[in-house]
Amino acid sequence: MSQTAHNPALLVLEDGRAFTGTSYGATGETFGEAVFTTGMTGYQETLTDPSYHRQIVTQTAPHIGNTGVNDEDDESQRIWVAGYVVRDPARVPSNWRATRSLDDQLKGQGIVGIAGIDTRALTRHLRERGAMRAGISTEILDPAALLEKVLQQPPMVGADLASEVTTFEPYVIPAEGEKRFTVVALDLGIKSMTPKRMAERGIEVHVLPATATLEEVLAVNPDGIFMSNGPGDPETTEHPTDLLKALLQRGKPYFGICFGNQVFGRALGLGTFKLKYGHRGINQPVLDRATGKVEITAQNHGFAVDAPIGETVETEYGTAEVSHVSLNDNVVEGLKLTGQDGRVLAFSVQYHPEAAAGPHDSAYLFDRFVELMEGRA
Amino acid sequence: MPRRTDIESVLVIGSGPIVIGQACEFDYSGTQACRVLREEGFRVVLVNSNPATIMTDPEFADATYVEPITPEYVEKVIEKERPNALLATLGGQTALNAAIALHDNGVLEKYGVELIGASVDAIQRGENRQSFKQIVEKLGAEVARSRICHTLDDVFGAAAELGYPLVVRPSFTMGGVGSGMAYDEADLRRIAGAGLQASPTTEVLIEESILGWKEYELEVMRDKADNVVIICSIENVDPMGVHTGDSVTVAPAMTLTDREYQVMRDLAIGIIREVGVDTGGCNIQFAVNPADGRLIVIEMNPRVSRSSALASKATGFPIAKIAAKVAIGYTLDEIPNDITRQTPASFEPTLDYVVVKVPRFAFEKFPAADATLTTHMKSVGEAMAIGRNYTEALQKALRSLEKPEARFSWASRPATELEPLLEAIKTPHDGRLRTIMDAIRAGATPEQVFDATKIDPWFVDQLYLIHEIALQTAAAPRLTPEVLRLAKRHGFSDLQLAEIRGLTEDVVRGVRQALGIRPVYKTVDTCAAEFKAETPYHYSSYDEETEVAPRTEPAVLILGSGPNRIGQGIEFDYSCVHASMALREAGYCTVMVNCNPETVSTDYDTSDRLYFEPLTCEDVLEIVYAEMQAGPVAGVIVQLGGQTPLGLAQRLADAGVPIVGTSPEAIHLAEERGAFGKVLADAALPAPKHGTAMSADEAREVAEEIGFPVLVRPSYVLGGRGMEIVYSEAELTAALGRLSGGTGSWEHPVLIDRFLDDAVEIDVDGLFDGDELFLGGVMEHIEEAGVHSGDSSCALPPITLGNADIEKIRQSTEAIARGVGVRGLLNVQYALAGDVLYVLEANPRASRTVPFVSKATATPLAKAAARVMLGATIASLRDEGMLPAEGDGGTLPTSTPIAVKEAVMPFNRFRTVDGRSVDTVLGPEMRSTGEVMGIDDTFGTAFAKSQAGASQPLPGAGKVFVSVANRDKRHMIFPVKRLADLGFEIYATDGTADVLRRNGVEAITVRKNSQGPGPNGEPTIVQMVHDGELDLIVNTPIGITQGGSPRLDGYEIRSAAVARNIPCITTVQGLAAAVQGIEAQRAGDIGVRSLQDWVPRIRGV
Repeated sequence: MSQTAHNPALLVLEDGRAFTGTSYGATGETFGEAVFTTGMTGYQETLTDPSYHRQIVTQTAPHIGNTGVNDEDDESQRIWVAGYVVRDPARVPSNWRATRSLDDQLKGQGIVGIAGIDTRALTRHLRERGAMRAGISTEILDPAALLEKVLQQPPMVGADLASEVTTFEPYVIPAEGEKRFTVVALDLGIKSMTPKRMAERGIEVHVLPATATLEEVLAVNPDGIFMSNGPGDPETTEHPTDLLKALLQRGKPYFGICFGNQVFGRALGLGTFKLKYGHRGINQPVLDRATGKVEITAQNHGFAVDAPIGETVETEYGTAEVSHVSLNDNVVEGLKLTGQDGRVLAFSVQYHPEAAAGPHDSAYLFDRFVELMEGRA
Repeated sequence: MPRRTDIESVLVIGSGPIVIGQACEFDYSGTQACRVLREEGFRVVLVNSNPATIMTDPEFADATYVEPITPEYVEKVIEKERPNALLATLGGQTALNAAIALHDNGVLEKYGVELIGASVDAIQRGENRQSFKQIVEKLGAEVARSRICHTLDDVFGAAAELGYPLVVRPSFTMGGVGSGMAYDEADLRRIAGAGLQASPTTEVLIEESILGWKEYELEVMRDKADNVVIICSIENVDPMGVHTGDSVTVAPAMTLTDREYQVMRDLAIGIIREVGVDTGGCNIQFAVNPADGRLIVIEMNPRVSRSSALASKATGFPIAKIAAKVAIGYTLDEIPNDITRQTPASFEPTLDYVVVKVPRFAFEKFPAADATLTTHMKSVGEAMAIGRNYTEALQKALRSLEKPEARFSWASRPATELEPLLEAIKTPHDGRLRTIMDAIRAGATPEQVFDATKIDPWFVDQLYLIHEIALQTAAAPRLTPEVLRLAKRHGFSDLQLAEIRGLTEDVVRGVRQALGIRPVYKTVDTCAAEFKAETPYHYSSYDEETEVAPRTEPAVLILGSGPNRIGQGIEFDYSCVHASMALREAGYCTVMVNCNPETVSTDYDTSDRLYFEPLTCEDVLEIVYAEMQAGPVAGVIVQLGGQTPLGLAQRLADAGVPIVGTSPEAIHLAEERGAFGKVLADAALPAPKHGTAMSADEAREVAEEIGFPVLVRPSYVLGGRGMEIVYSEAELTAALGRLSGGTGSWEHPVLIDRFLDDAVEIDVDGLFDGDELFLGGVMEHIEEAGVHSGDSSCALPPITLGNADIEKIRQSTEAIARGVGVRGLLNVQYALAGDVLYVLEANPRASRTVPFVSKATATPLAKAAARVMLGATIASLRDEGMLPAEGDGGTLPTSTPIAVKEAVMPFNRFRTVDGRSVDTVLGPEMRSTGEVMGIDDTFGTAFAKSQAGASQPLPGAGKVFVSVANRDKRHMIFPVKRLADLGFEIYATDGTADVLRRNGVEAITVRKNSQGPGPNGEPTIVQMVHDGELDLIVNTPIGITQGGSPRLDGYEIRSAAVARNIPCITTVQGLAAAVQGIEAQRAGDIGVRSLQDWVPRIRGV
């Protein structure tokens, strides 16, 4: 297989910048929000992370596909990215667990990609101009024509995407070993590693669709509530926010990740906003404001909670404060709600302690959730 | 948490001379540490015996002790300076071992010195294999199955249990000294025997073989708040079995899934915590079974290492600097990331490029040495390259080695026989990737390559990719933009493309540039472009967008010296760095070009801009072009980086690049024999009779006319490569055969000189501005002419030359500088024989001795040279205060201390194929890897210090063995008699013993090796050496010829001395110096004094 034998492909951004490369994965055309992720490992997890729904993901790491695709590392049932941008795709996979090549996997799932472009130039462009709509095509090779179609796409702001990625049917992940707690996990785009991390700690996880009602949640009689990561604009999440308010009123311990952090923020009356180009990578330093310790975290978020750092906010459920901040840009990375006795009632983080892909520094948060349900937090 | 306020002064220990396994990466790390500590307001006290380092520049510490790094000398420094703390984790194994010794002997406690960075307990937990194994197992991971052994009996017991092949690893040695792979009992006896000897604790580890597994390294950093980050992952292309220093390595790791990587990351963090490295960096090595992913932890270094330097350059995260900051109390989140400035150092760098490091070997200097790569490091340097993909980075790295045979070539027809190539690639060797490519060209399948090498299939496929592109390029009807662009994206040089297409390099370049296909320059920014980079640390790539910023101030490009090799190393980097410092200060935008990751010059802090690029004509021309697009370019400096940039000068000038300083024409004048002869003749300066030859017949004629002995050498080389002294026509024929590689002809003429026996050799470094000469320093060699100046020890000021001699030297040097047309530095070698000062050679460039001279005379020669090259005069530099107001290195006052430079040889690193040491005789071809300086009031003490610094301390008493060639017998009588008077017991072989007895020296006769043991079991001299019965060996060889060929007894004695690390003197002049040193040692306590303290004495104030 030679490098020149590939068909041409075109990537166009909504501001008109165009990159010509070669087709990678499926042929055809695709549209989405162009973002970049800086992880050097974990492309299989990235591709199957529902939070990337409707996004065209650029990998800043140049070599992608080297370890192929295996049967264990998927974070959901399918690839979610709308399009895939890489520089140098592997020609042969090499790993003892690999069962197929990434190229085949992308083709099999109809994911349109582009290879061979200056991904660093694209990344710098997105950094300076912000994440924006984009299209990849192997059919329309005229930038102006493709741009026209890009401009017809809906923007990410205001997009309610949870309903598109959530499970249709509830399902249960049993606790590993002795069952200690029951948790309802609202699937806003949950990754499979998240219930696994809970199950490892003796939690039976009931994963419910994003549309689950208060009654349906309470019917499980959960010891704690969890809301997952997911794609889209948190401002559109009225239902999960209302649901969480009702559960907080009932004093249910809560733990949220990523989108679940934004929902928590909104439930506490805080605002959310779109970051210029988001945080996507597995090297993101976060400061735990209580301990002064730094965690290296996996992140994937385009929106963030707007909350005052170093101040407390009184809410009807208790006192809210920012627990974690990004050391790179001071963005809110975690929230904490405490009661009058100083005990933690609920918490959430903007990053990914389940870490697939990514470092395991923050796995302790799942322990903290257990402590919360034990009433020890 | 801010920096600690309970300590005021910090002692930093450097790594001493450059040796294999410990090179200038520790100058880079130590310099960073000193800089940080001073910025933070600490008083910095430094001990490092290596004068060629930047860190020993007086401006980097408050008190700089160029003294031996031995517990005795460091204690003297501690006693004098009373530092509060000792930072020993940035000076390699040398510093760490010194710190442990000072802890063990109670000195640290006695003077209340706190070890910062890593505690002794942590160091021992990390380095002691048993405790390390327990830590790994506690974390639920595995180490290779192994046994710790203290005797050979233990070793064989372990072998019975673990089965062959086995790995032998001695404890507490650096660079894998004494380690190796044993396939059978004979191997094991030899390797483990030497390993027990090499280990300071007489301890070796016998380990199951994990040969062929994938090998990885993680660089880890921890602060006192227990924040831990991984700076870099490194993957070895050569699988387990080759020392990582000798492996081709890649960053980041290319063939790991996130799950596998995170398991390693968790373990690395667990290990640094359990070992208890409180603050600072360490590196941890792993092996992975490619068949099932079984992971094994190999080892950790609880200190900054060679890999740390590589990781720093590969990521832009300055490990040593951050390690120093966390050692003095900062936490990682308090330290800003220099490159982004907005984000903190508490993060993990992410790369959007690929870094490849390739080792550089020097087997050509040791023809008898076994060139198989093993777990025992043998490379002398390395080159690193950065590309936007692996193929680009790999091909750039291979051409950075400056060895034509290292890069891939499609010039010749593919080999017709595949089998020999497949057989050859089974054994790791220098240039194996090239051999693999040749096998691929000959039709090898990927499976065959993998089976033979166990190199990961992904890396193997990348070689096929390169090969396929070469074939496509060859088959293309025309060199279209598409064809060129594709080849360029995979790292093909214009030269390679020219070979493939049957064109010249210039034509390919012309076509390429006409088509507008030029590289762009990307930035190493630690964060894959997530944040804006403030530091212009660039690398080229054939991609779309360039990131070179426009500028208004004039740029000066400084071409560095490339990978370290014998003859061209840290000394040249020193001059480049100094030029950058001086020109920055003078208002230029300095642009450094180099590809050696170990150096200070490739620290992104050193110059205004850094291009981490190969030093080939093509790569340099493109940088010049890019910088000319960015703003005005004042010129390019080629005379500071050694032969590498000098060799480019003419081609750059021909391409219209402005070369500053000495012109390429003048460089040619000095290099070309005929032209230089005319310069000498015009100035009426004598040179030894000489001639040049393009053929063997011509050479014989010339030699006949000049008369033997003659010195034969190729032109345009550094370090005396291929240089030999021959005493007869037969020897000449043999030498010429070696030079031509059997072909009988040469590209450049062969130089033939009359060899002056018994001459005093003199080395001079001078600075010339076109009008005035500044005589930097006059060095008198201790060894006679014929020993390469780089291997010879020397003294400055000269110890036996009178004022008249120096005046003659000054006049001659000035005449040569003027005649050649030097603007900048000039090095001249003279031989003084019978009152005639012969000119041996002149080099219009910075020499290896510039840093030594600068330190010994307290004058920044390289800085001044850089300024002169850009138009300053010596007079103006005197006014500025950069040069002394009056006088120079030829007029030093009598109060000036004597500085002795001693070379450090790598003989203990090499073994012949049958496991014996290589010969240690010094000759005209340079083989030393590093140098030390001893400085004191008198020659004797300075010499004694230089020997201690070179790890060959002179004995104070004991047994001396003397065996000298006939021509040396007369000269040895006095020094040997003096040793006898001092109470040494003298041993000698028959002939030498007779001469000594006749001169009233009692000498005990010892049996020669060839005589075998005596009837009553009397041991031979070689046995005595092996048994460690002797304290000093004096053995001068019969005639001086090329090293490597065993010469009976002498060779056996000298190689035994290397094995036992017994000082072995091979010249009679060296013996005389040693006697003076021994006398000085016995005269009483030798003191220590900082360079800063010596300055008034040098200035005569």
